[in-house]
Amino acid sequence: MSIFVNKDTKLIVQGITGSNGLFHTKQAIEYGTQVVAGVTPGKGGTEVEGVPVFNTVDEAVKATGANASAIYVPPAFAADAIMEAVDAELDLAVCITEHIPVQDMVKVKRYMEGKKTRLVGPNCPGVITPGECKIGIMPGYIHTPGKVGIVSRSGTLTYEAVHQLTVRNIGQSTAVGIGGDPVNGTNFIDVLQAFEADPETAAVIMIGEIGGTAEEEAAEWIQEHMTKPVVGFIGGQTAPPGKRMGHAGAIISGGKGTAAEKIAKLEECGVTVAPTPAEIGETLSRVLDEKGLLSDCITKN
Amino acid sequence: MNVHEYQGKEVLRQYGVVVPRGQVAFTPEEAVEAAENLGGELWVVKAQIHAGGRGKAGGVKLAKSLDEVKQFASELLGSTLVTHQTGPEGKEVKRLLIEEGCRIKKEYYVGMVIDRSNSRITMMASEEGGTEIEEVAARTPEKIFKETVDPTVGLQPFQARRLAFSIGIPKEMVGKAVKFMLGLYRAFEQKDCSLAEINPLITTEDGQVMALDAKLNFDDNALYRHKDIAEFRDLDEEDPKEIEASKYDLSYIALDGNIGCMVNGAGLAMATMDIIKHYGGEPANFLDVGGGATAEKVTEAFKIILDDPHVKGILVNIFGGIMKCDVIAEGVVEAAKQVGLDRPLVVRLEGTNVERGQQILGESGLKITAADSMDDAAEKIVSLVR
Repeated sequence: MSIFVNKDTKLIVQGITGSNGLFHTKQAIEYGTQVVAGVTPGKGGTEVEGVPVFNTVDEAVKATGANASAIYVPPAFAADAIMEAVDAELDLAVCITEHIPVQDMVKVKRYMEGKKTRLVGPNCPGVITPGECKIGIMPGYIHTPGKVGIVSRSGTLTYEAVHQLTVRNIGQSTAVGIGGDPVNGTNFIDVLQAFEADPETAAVIMIGEIGGTAEEEAAEWIQEHMTKPVVGFIGGQTAPPGKRMGHAGAIISGGKGTAAEKIAKLEECGVTVAPTPAEIGETLSRVLDEKGLLSDCITKN
Repeated sequence: MNVHEYQGKEVLRQYGVVVPRGQVAFTPEEAVEAAENLGGELWVVKAQIHAGGRGKAGGVKLAKSLDEVKQFASELLGSTLVTHQTGPEGKEVKRLLIEEGCRIKKEYYVGMVIDRSNSRITMMASEEGGTEIEEVAARTPEKIFKETVDPTVGLQPFQARRLAFSIGIPKEMVGKAVKFMLGLYRAFEQKDCSLAEINPLITTEDGQVMALDAKLNFDDNALYRHKDIAEFRDLDEEDPKEIEASKYDLSYIALDGNIGCMVNGAGLAMATMDIIKHYGGEPANFLDVGGGATAEKVTEAFKIILDDPHVKGILVNIFGGIMKCDVIAEGVVEAAKQVGLDRPLVVRLEGTNVERGQQILGESGLKITAADSMDDAAEKIVSLVR
């Protein structure tokens, strides 16, 4: 099993005719994802990669029964695209777009209150359940189906962690990139909760970074509610204060949001934190072994 | 994006937020002219740099005559101010704000942030004006009052009133304080601010409520819809290498160490700095070439790193996803050919087209040390620069 997406997920792509949307639609189809429709206003009635294109999300959903969306719309129009997906009552909207104005996201979050859609992102690599469904820009082939869940604020660092698992034959249940923006749809706790409830996830890797207090809040949640082992890593231990490290949300401001604080809190709450990014897989492997879970997490070929 | 105090006040004025009358000056002569225009007998000469703590560092002077205005302006312009926010190297003063003097009755604090924990704009206020809010939060958190704004209706007068009464604004001035806060919210919302600090907000002997200082930060991602704000950018306040990098859409931050890094993805770039430090080295920069970099972009990134005389060696760490390893390899080879590779280079490639990438590097004839993991790469570059 898995969380958020699986082989039955029916995906639409918003912004399917743009260069990013098109490229990743091809990749998703190649991976085996059911891409049932695309949406580009004004291009309705055409076809891209054998996928029918509609003018509105509403039309696309009614015609195809889609339940999820991948959003590759440029930043100035992304908030509108997310709200259109929410209005169409999709289960899941994954927004890959980077550089969305943060106050647009404040309004989007307000709009989403009381609605059913889960938003993942923006500014994220997406969500993948290996062997079943890939929504986003991560390279599919590095993943292996299995039992370790991954949740991360970073893209390439997630690939790094996945790679370290795959070379150890430790497969992944689902990998969720929640994105590097300060205001996002799904946070660590949402994903941890889903992994805790998923019978096929045995352990979780949580990758955080400097800025905000989401990791600290997650640490407290883990201590209180999580029965499965969690291994963590926090990027930015050497980041200077007051500088935005690439991601809009990765900034130490007013002395708050440092990696040291986050690591201390995670460890205090029972999370094993990998000392370096090169040791994420090794640390997880050791923790699984200690708990007697390792052989169960090795994917047999 | 940061702006100067005088620019922030200009924005606030557009929204009916009262600020002291003032004028920017680039020379002592302009400073005197500004003071003459303002009239009166008391002026404040304020250094304009993108850093807080200017008052304590001697960057704010009270002038009682036009001669003093000229004297202080001459002293400040061209001098280097070192505050707790500038770092030890300080910042050179190139602009001044000349303001009318105000008769301060009491100082307060008003600030606005985007609260990440509830995804809302929050206004904060305190009676402890003039001190840093972090200090107040640590010492007397009960003195900070907060109002969360519902974005569908914006900050409401009752919320502003509640803040004004909570921080003890005298009741005859509460109306003015409310108008001030509502204006501040409108500016924050309509101009896409990411942070606003009015410290201090003052009440004056003649019954005014005004912003004696103003620090506004704007959301870089929203500058496309605020041309007026984008024009406030002051390149003198930025690192020349960071300016060069921004031309190519590269995310670059200069640091103090001697190992240059080129990485794809912000998270991996931070993690690469961390692992260099773990092995006893010091990163010279943060550099994220992004997800969809071209060979040309990689070349420019590489040149920026090599341009830094502090860099004694370079670590390239790429996990190719969308970004293909062969593209990175081509860019590195091209840059090394253009500028000459005179320092140790360790390259770790993983992911899409990794074999092709390694082949390009191998056939280039360049002296490149290959690494097969992040660990290996960090260890190698640290020992090479020693």
